[in-house]
Amino acid sequence: MASITTAASVDTAQVLLAGKERPSPESLEFAARLRRARLGLIVAITAVVMIFVSYSSAYVVRKGLPSLDPRTGTLVHDWLPLQLPNFLLINTLVLLISTVTIELARRQSAREAAAATRVAVPSSSPAHADGMPWLALTTILGVSFLAGQWLVWLELAASGFYVSTSPSSSFFYLLTGMHGIHLLGGILALLAAGAASLLRKSAESRAVMVDVTAWYWHFMTFLWVYILCFLEFAR
Amino acid sequence: MATGEFAAHAVHAHAAPTSWIRKYVFSLDHKVIGLQYFFLALTAVFVGMILSLLMRIHLIWPAASLPLLGDIKPETYLTLLTMHGTIMVFFVLTTAPQGGFGNYFLPIQIGAPDMAFPVLNMLSFWVTALAFFVMIAAFFVVGGAPLHGWTGYPPLSALPAAGPGEGLGADLWVISIALFCLGALMSALNFITTTLDMRAKGMTLMRMPLTCWAWFITAILGLLAFGVLLSAGILLLLDRNAGTSFFVPLVTINGQLTGHKGGSPLLWQHLFWFFGHPEVYIAILPAMGLCSQLLSVFSRKPIFGYKAMVYAMLSIGFLGFMVWGHHMFMSGMSPYTAFAFSVMTMAIGVPSAIKTFNWLGTIWRGRIRFTSPMLFALGFVSLFISGGISGPFLAQPVLDIQLHDTYFVVGHFHLIMGVASIFGIFAATYYWFPKMFGRMMNEGMARWHFFITLIGTYAIFMPMHYLGMAGHLRRYSQLTELNYLHGLVPLQQFMTYAAFITIAGQFIFLFNLFWSMKFGKKASDNPWEATTLEWTTATPPPHDNFGGHIPVVYNGPYEYSVPGAPRDFVMQTDPAVVKAH
Amino acid sequence: MGLVLLVVIWLITFISAYFFIAKTWWLPVGASAAAAGIDHHFATTYLLMGVVFVAAQVILGLFAWQYRQRTATTPEAYYSHGNNKLEITWTILTLVLFVGLNFMSSSIWASERFRPAVSDAVQVEVTGMQFQWYFRYPGPDGKFGATKPQLQDPSGGGEAALGVDPADPASKDDVVAATMYVPVDREIDVILRAEDVIHSFFIPAMRFKQDAVPGLAIHMHFTPIATGDYEIACSQLCGLGHYKMHGILRVVSQADFDKWLAAREAEKQ
Repeated sequence: MASITTAASVDTAQVLLAGKERPSPESLEFAARLRRARLGLIVAITAVVMIFVSYSSAYVVRKGLPSLDPRTGTLVHDWLPLQLPNFLLINTLVLLISTVTIELARRQSAREAAAATRVAVPSSSPAHADGMPWLALTTILGVSFLAGQWLVWLELAASGFYVSTSPSSSFFYLLTGMHGIHLLGGILALLAAGAASLLRKSAESRAVMVDVTAWYWHFMTFLWVYILCFLEFAR
Repeated sequence: MATGEFAAHAVHAHAAPTSWIRKYVFSLDHKVIGLQYFFLALTAVFVGMILSLLMRIHLIWPAASLPLLGDIKPETYLTLLTMHGTIMVFFVLTTAPQGGFGNYFLPIQIGAPDMAFPVLNMLSFWVTALAFFVMIAAFFVVGGAPLHGWTGYPPLSALPAAGPGEGLGADLWVISIALFCLGALMSALNFITTTLDMRAKGMTLMRMPLTCWAWFITAILGLLAFGVLLSAGILLLLDRNAGTSFFVPLVTINGQLTGHKGGSPLLWQHLFWFFGHPEVYIAILPAMGLCSQLLSVFSRKPIFGYKAMVYAMLSIGFLGFMVWGHHMFMSGMSPYTAFAFSVMTMAIGVPSAIKTFNWLGTIWRGRIRFTSPMLFALGFVSLFISGGISGPFLAQPVLDIQLHDTYFVVGHFHLIMGVASIFGIFAATYYWFPKMFGRMMNEGMARWHFFITLIGTYAIFMPMHYLGMAGHLRRYSQLTELNYLHGLVPLQQFMTYAAFITIAGQFIFLFNLFWSMKFGKKASDNPWEATTLEWTTATPPPHDNFGGHIPVVYNGPYEYSVPGAPRDFVMQTDPAVVKAH
Repeated sequence: MGLVLLVVIWLITFISAYFFIAKTWWLPVGASAAAAGIDHHFATTYLLMGVVFVAAQVILGLFAWQYRQRTATTPEAYYSHGNNKLEITWTILTLVLFVGLNFMSSSIWASERFRPAVSDAVQVEVTGMQFQWYFRYPGPDGKFGATKPQLQDPSGGGEAALGVDPADPASKDDVVAATMYVPVDREIDVILRAEDVIHSFFIPAMRFKQDAVPGLAIHMHFTPIATGDYEIACSQLCGLGHYKMHGILRVVSQADFDKWLAAREAEKQ
């Protein structure tokens, strides 16, 4: 639990202690809010992990499952390994870059929040405009990723692999689709975080939103790499 | 640490609402949301109860024609039992104790002004309410509601041709459950974060009332289990609508090929029961926590073995994830795996037994006040013993051979999960009604309600064990075909008559509930002389629970009859020195 | 109120216990080799759990009455947070009871289920289909003929319903019957299949139950030890006809079984 607070309050503390000031109630409030939001995110990520754990185990079970061939009365395996389209690697690269950009956005907004708590006049500091490009860039990259995934689906369909063609193709669409839906959620969070500054929410509020979105985004990237490796190596 | 104090100011962002819509419909206040869940569950329980009454009528009068429904065909009976089970398990047992009372009282009992994420809390209720509407809608679409049982085993649940109601009705059933999973996951998020992050100063984990522990552990179970059910539901929807074959092997319905092949019906069972077993603990843990609370309050004695109770609930939660295979002993699963699950299942009986011993230890040498909540708490213990005793029979595969899918199982889970948990809900209602509505419920009506329900439910569900041992199968819509069932019909008749009386008795409760809201005796802030935080605040509690003043906790939650204390209870917020434990 | 509660709880307990002890409704008479062991273990569990049931309910009722608040000046409740020694003691005792029961039953489970059927067992393929059981015997060649789902014709009954492939030589001597004939005192190797949804094959008298799962052919065995007719029931919800999906197990002498099978084979020619 201590480590959750450390990241943000280190940012905050470093800026504050440089000025040799005692942490103000506002900065403690920010640290507490951030901690609560991060705790909530960990819990939410646990739920998402369980979904993908179930799908992974269903995949393994299905792959190894023989089924009864009534013609011979024997058990046969019917798993057809799926050839993964190379374009997936491009998409992966896009997602990896986006995880870097959102991390930059996260650190930027943390600095802004620390600066805002030190200044007596709350929120609207001119610095907030600098945070935007990173968020916007991440959003564009995220949407590109999803578009790229859609292209991969079209490519697979063109070569005859639909959702119901074979168990391996079913799982491919399932895993990539579920990841895509969750990433879309992340994109919506990005848009909300971006809207936060337009709506003149305080720098602390924005920092909390961007922080939580960023960590969620990192998790989405990690999850994608896991899915890709799983689909490739457990073919 | 100071976090609690500041957090209370900082994060409690929402001011008291003023418009009717923001106050009662789209409220962010956990107390209102808790009541919304409660009334949703109340609606659901009456629907579920009517469904079961229709089932009982049909079993002993199969030819009877009912008003509005007409003749009950075999498939109608199966639809009744499917929807009865689904509605009761999800919209009553998983909703009222946790979403209802948990939402209302967890923040107050730990000294917080609200849940961690009020907007999410509101969303979780409305998603759950939507799920309920979708579930009810299944009755009214072409083909009607599904007939595949609340457990929904494919291929029966995956193939529209497999039976009436397995078309759109089954799709709606799956969608409703998927929505329910989302609502439950959101709610679990709130409970866990709130318990970990928003306890008032001095409210250490080991000073939390056992109700809070129960809601916390239940939320963890829900967090880990509902995701798996959601996954399974999505796979089932794909099998039904996208031509995939996760669960459906090469089968024919009435000689017609279905286009599926290679899937595994057992895969569904594993996924479903991985959720399903923790789910039964989700249904019972809050009631266990409340029972501990009430036995202590109304015996004027600390709970016997607080730490043991906490560890018992933790072990039940943990082990609960390792026993799901005991629902599948006859499924075609490997006998070695069955043995492993059986050992774990017997093991999980141990913490449950410990809790029972501790409940008895709590009332031992107590000074019992027979208030309505106490009656239901004592009734809970009795039902828990009865329902629990039949568990070890089913936990042993060798005995399960004879008892699986018979009425023995139905009797077991109704006593230990259905009725016991409902007693917990009744106890909670009688106990917390004064705090929620500012008035007492009528004790005379409550006593009638208690005795009719206790005797009535035993009369309905105890005979099921006899039926099961005699080989009476469950989910049979008629008892006319198997010869050996004919001799068991008198017992079925007895159960139906008992059901009529028991259900009639519930209207006493319903009347009492609404009548007392308007005409009940006015309640003081702490009518039960209890020690936990909800009784330190006004009745009903103000918007931020404590009227701007954050409580500081000095004592554990069960300091009753402390030697040398001026009264026979010491509030958790009372700074007077108490013998530390 | 305490007294009323005691009376109600005790009455419920003793009335229930009476019917349990009197075995008013009880397990059907066992007619398989495994039944004696299973029933004995059932009785052991029954006795032990029955004692716990009665004892716990009696104590609950007793305490509710004994520790009622009688007057305003009843002595205060006993202030105690518990007793660790007692906790450990009853935890260990409960663990010993439950795990002990489990290990006793597992030796029976192992002997029934950890080994396949003996090599000279009588093979019967049992197929569940909405809403009927079909029983197929392999005939003198000891082999079951292939089945094809495309050939299934439920209205045709027998081989046609199962989709038995007439082109397969092994299916020439297969016999499909509507009643399950088996010889007494021989081990029966049941091969369970399902055509459409999950069914479950339950013969109460034989203490035999096993789900029939589509896509699987599950082997399970039992040995009938008494001749007679025994009811078969479906014990897994399979649709609207679940309640009437029943059959008859007819246990006859070896000689009668051979005669019956020979007669069915002759009909096929």
